[in-house]
Amino acid sequence: MTKYILKRFLGMIPTLLIITTVAFIIMRIAPGGPFDRERAIPPAVQANIEAKYHLDEPLIKQYFRYLGGIIRGDFGPSYKYKDQTVTDLISNSLPHSLLLGTLALMAATFFGVLAGIIAALNQNTWLDYTAMSIAVFGVSVPAFVIGPVLMLIFAMKLKILPTSGWITGPDGWKTVLMPLIALSMSYFASIARLSRSSVLEVIRSDYVRTAKAKGLSPTMIILKHVLKGAMLPVVSYLGIAYSGIITGSVVIEQIFRIPGLGRFFVQSSLNRDYTMIMGVIIVYSTVVILMNFLVDILYSFLDPRISYQ
Amino acid sequence: MENKTILEVKDLKTYFRTDAGIVKAVDGVSFRLDKGETLGLVGESGSGKSVTNMSIMKLIPMPPGKIVGGEVLLDGVDILKLNEKEMSRIRGNRISMIFQDPMTALNPYLRISTQLIETIRLHQGLDKAEARKKAIEMLKLVGIPAAERRIDAYPHQFSGGMRQRVMIAIALSCNPEILIADEPTTALDVTIQAQILDLIKDLSEKLETAVIMITHDLGVVAGMCDNVCVMYAGRIVERAPVDDLFESPKHPYTNGLIQSIPRLDEKGSGRLFSIDGQPPNVIDLPECCPFHPRCEKAMDVCTRKYPPVVSLEGKREVACWLYEENK
Repeated sequence: MTKYILKRFLGMIPTLLIITTVAFIIMRIAPGGPFDRERAIPPAVQANIEAKYHLDEPLIKQYFRYLGGIIRGDFGPSYKYKDQTVTDLISNSLPHSLLLGTLALMAATFFGVLAGIIAALNQNTWLDYTAMSIAVFGVSVPAFVIGPVLMLIFAMKLKILPTSGWITGPDGWKTVLMPLIALSMSYFASIARLSRSSVLEVIRSDYVRTAKAKGLSPTMIILKHVLKGAMLPVVSYLGIAYSGIITGSVVIEQIFRIPGLGRFFVQSSLNRDYTMIMGVIIVYSTVVILMNFLVDILYSFLDPRISYQ
Repeated sequence: MENKTILEVKDLKTYFRTDAGIVKAVDGVSFRLDKGETLGLVGESGSGKSVTNMSIMKLIPMPPGKIVGGEVLLDGVDILKLNEKEMSRIRGNRISMIFQDPMTALNPYLRISTQLIETIRLHQGLDKAEARKKAIEMLKLVGIPAAERRIDAYPHQFSGGMRQRVMIAIALSCNPEILIADEPTTALDVTIQAQILDLIKDLSEKLETAVIMITHDLGVVAGMCDNVCVMYAGRIVERAPVDDLFESPKHPYTNGLIQSIPRLDEKGSGRLFSIDGQPPNVIDLPECCPFHPRCEKAMDVCTRKYPPVVSLEGKREVACWLYEENK
């Protein structure tokens, strides 16, 4: 097991290297550069700037210079945000995104699984229909609609929550609520539907019939015999969900003005801010790969039939 | 205390509501089970054998199923009238079950020890250490080698036959009065089948457990059972001590079943005997003998009325117009 974890962990390095390389190439193929302006700059100035950022060197040399930097933990200077390094920008904004994303995933999982179980155990009753209607709503209405609608209701009409801001002041937790709901809604919905069908499948299985025949109470059967098996599909979905939530928070961060990494995701691409684009891509990829790695490990703890060599 | 009736099923009826109509899976089944007896319940697929026993355990999925009538008397108490809580004290404790497919009947995500110990603790109120000791004892009893070590394995680390042994250990761990074995050997290799049947037979004798053996294998019946009930289309058509049944089957259906057993010691035409036709659809069955379209000896009355149960000598009963005097 330890060997497998180590192997998987080391396996992340080539994956990241490939992502970095492909991103680097695509970025340079895309037309335009970080210092192109509508009004042409004098060629001498242009050359000076390019020399400062080593953009006049051959591409392959730039590539290895960049890789060397990453290994030392230096993502280079931002071309757009002068006097700030990409490392600083990311380390200031990433924690906010991770906090929001992780909270959203936890909320989506907890309430999704709960709703799924309730729906499955009360199949074809009003509880089931209610839970699944909410789920269908959550899947079909995008976050950028839910966000403003929440703002309209809770901030503008009821005036109980602030429209934007992020964890400052004594009522800081209040600023978290709306972005959290908007971001987790569609994942809550998917997890609820997934758990419902999964629980339904397990409660019809032979081993649950055995558990009943042994005289176990319904609560014991659910907690001990149903949940573990039923949660496997949910766990494997969590890896994908977390990637979606982290990258999906771009929109939510814009709407609620959260100082997260999301705003750089779009802005840096539009600005051709080469180092910033690369930094954001590498960070997002690492988060996604790490999450999938964690899911795999978790999976082997849940299902004893899976043994990693 | 020999021949004390422990379970009596009276006129049990279990119906399923489906889109096509009401399926009368079990339609008026009655039988008695004595202490220590092994009763065989034979019939084709869909004849209602399993539903009968799932009804006794009240494990019929409701809806669509419903026990619409009858009584199941366990030591004189009608367990169909008990609530879920009282019923769960009977399941696994006084009546336990083993199932057809040991590959799926054990929870793949839990250790054998967990699955064994939870039953023992639930019904016998032992603490964890005592229950574990008892669990190891049970595994030894069913012939699992190195039980102390194997008890912490997961089901997928056992072979099919070993898993069925584990199922038997779980089922017998609380000394039930009745063991219902629902085709316990159907999913196993032929070589393992005999071992498992011997095990059930030995242990039921040792622990004085009455056994209801559900099977479609007449060979199993001949080797295991004291008495046999033959089921057809949700009803029992013939009931007899096992030797009498094989020697002189009374009901034409039983006769057909016994003739269908391929024999090594008889040279035939090379073709195996089979009963013509198909078992009837039990949806909206008309009031007639359900076997009459396939019966060689069918008479006019068979198409009009269901035959009454006729008692014959030697504790035999048969539901057939052939043996009824006032037709």
